[in-house]
Amino acid sequence: MTNATAVLDARNLGRRYGRRWALSDCTLSVPAGHVAGLVGPNGAGKTTLLNLATGMLAPTTGTIEVLGGTPASGPQQLARVGYVAQDTPTYAGLTVADHLRFGRHMNPGWDDELAQRRIEQLDLDPQQKAGKLSGGQRAQLALTLALAKRPQLLILDEPIASLDPLARREFLQVLMDATAEQELSVVMSSHLVADLERVSDYLIVLVASRVRIDGEVDDLLAAHHLLSGPRRDAASLPSSQQVITESHTDRQSTFLVRSSEPVIDPAWTVDQVSLEDLVLAYMGRAAAGAPQGRMLEVKQ
Amino acid sequence: MIWVSWRQFRPQAIVAAAALAVIAVLLAATGPGIVSSYRSAGLATCHVNCGASASNFINGVGGLDQALFNATIVIGYLAPALIGIFYGAPLIAREFEAGTYRIAWNQSVTRARWTAIKLGLVGLVGVAAAGLLSLMVSWWANPIDQAAGLGGSASLQRLDPLVFNARGVAPLGYAAFAFAAGVTAGVLLRRTLPAMAITLVVFAAVQFAMPTLVRPHLLPPAHTTAPLNAQSAGISITGNPGSPPVIRVTGNFSKPGAWVLSDATITPSGAALTKPPAACLGPGQNAGPQSSAGGPGQCISALVDMHLRQYVAYQPASRFWPLQGIETGIYLILATGLGVVCGWQVRRKRP
Repeated sequence: MTNATAVLDARNLGRRYGRRWALSDCTLSVPAGHVAGLVGPNGAGKTTLLNLATGMLAPTTGTIEVLGGTPASGPQQLARVGYVAQDTPTYAGLTVADHLRFGRHMNPGWDDELAQRRIEQLDLDPQQKAGKLSGGQRAQLALTLALAKRPQLLILDEPIASLDPLARREFLQVLMDATAEQELSVVMSSHLVADLERVSDYLIVLVASRVRIDGEVDDLLAAHHLLSGPRRDAASLPSSQQVITESHTDRQSTFLVRSSEPVIDPAWTVDQVSLEDLVLAYMGRAAAGAPQGRMLEVKQ
Repeated sequence: MIWVSWRQFRPQAIVAAAALAVIAVLLAATGPGIVSSYRSAGLATCHVNCGASASNFINGVGGLDQALFNATIVIGYLAPALIGIFYGAPLIAREFEAGTYRIAWNQSVTRARWTAIKLGLVGLVGVAAAGLLSLMVSWWANPIDQAAGLGGSASLQRLDPLVFNARGVAPLGYAAFAFAAGVTAGVLLRRTLPAMAITLVVFAAVQFAMPTLVRPHLLPPAHTTAPLNAQSAGISITGNPGSPPVIRVTGNFSKPGAWVLSDATITPSGAALTKPPAACLGPGQNAGPQSSAGGPGQCISALVDMHLRQYVAYQPASRFWPLQGIETGIYLILATGLGVVCGWQVRRKRP
């Protein structure tokens, strides 16, 4: 069953390295037209999932379709997907201009005007060797390479994890401008929720190969509520309110609930949830007892 | 894709071009002199009994020319190995090491095409460089090769393994094989340096095995069994105290340019001569004919009485090109096979 508007559609997807499963039984569908943030703890299978989506890996079990096609199945499919790999590799010995020439020769849909303009905006010296660029500049070059091939879907695997906050912000700015300009769908993995919050309008929380929650960020935020009030038992909440996390003191209870209806019980103080709270809540719930600090590195 | 492969390969190509240019200048400067002394020795028009003048000509090659001749043989051995080590091994291993395969494989070019064009282009340049080198060397050394073929030297004929490897079309096959072996090692190991080392070891082993184990049998060797003229044969008897003496009668097999594979002295029954006649043995365990009772004369006549024969298996000079062709074919097939392995490996490689 293929969702025609899905940019990424995985069914029972699994990938094994030797005896270890890096991803197992993952089912996921990302609709088109979003900047989707893929978030999860280290080892959740994010990179494996993205490698499967770009065809860098073949699945051990299950199926994955990207833009309705098998990943890396041919030049057309490759042309439709842009990929910025982890640590944003570039050819150290080639100049910035060489990289653009590389892109032009490797991609029939190459938009040279766009590439040149971006290099100019980034203030990169075309004759500079990529090996001499800063981490942020290298990431920008890798992004330019991926954008100028004019993909329909851009996949980024932790592109900014190793950058300083300023370079991170600039990278995300360029990414946001490009998605607005190019009608591009984006799937970007990160463990920095705050960064995703800035650019993503769609969220996927992946924990231990499983999608804990996914959906448009606005819908998710609207459907989750932070309730605090006098101590009471979770079982006493109405059935329309699904408890995600709960914590209790002697006299007070705090619940994070999912509910499509507004919470009208006057006993509660109802607060908005932040995206970060939401992500942490779902990851914490999945971990069920594991210390949260180990599950997520919030580098802020 | 072709531009991309070329751009990444450019530094190595420039080094090869520069080396070839230097060699070309040296050979072009000295080649005409060798040709003219070949002509003045009358070898260009010599058809029968040219051995002596050919030998004179070869002995007359000296100084820079001799050094160059030896150098071209060394380079002939080295060039394919260098192509395997510096063109082949890093070709894909470097992409793995630097992580750039992740860019390369996510452009609008399939991995199969990427591998094929990289292999094809760089491999072709490597093979062409080896071919050019062999062509230049074969041209330059042609007078010496011809003179050796006329009987001017017992060890410099083109079929001798030392010379064979640096002449004709075989270097193209060696280069193709070494290159493919280098790429394969690089793909399997994903590290440039170990891949270079493995390439050198594998190539050296194959280059050793080919002339010793394979080439002699590529075409069924010709052989002759001729009565041994003991009067003109060279006789040597050697031995160590405590072990029986070894007798060797070197016959006067004479086929200019032939590659002798085995040369044995046999008795009329066909068995190898192991036990020297008593007349050739002195009182001591390891005495030779000089010290035998009757002197060398008696030893020789005793050998004549044994009706010894000389058995020689050899590849005649005319087999040079057939052997070159077959060997080149073998190496090209091996190279193609390795190329297919590379393509297959790259396709199933994972990050």
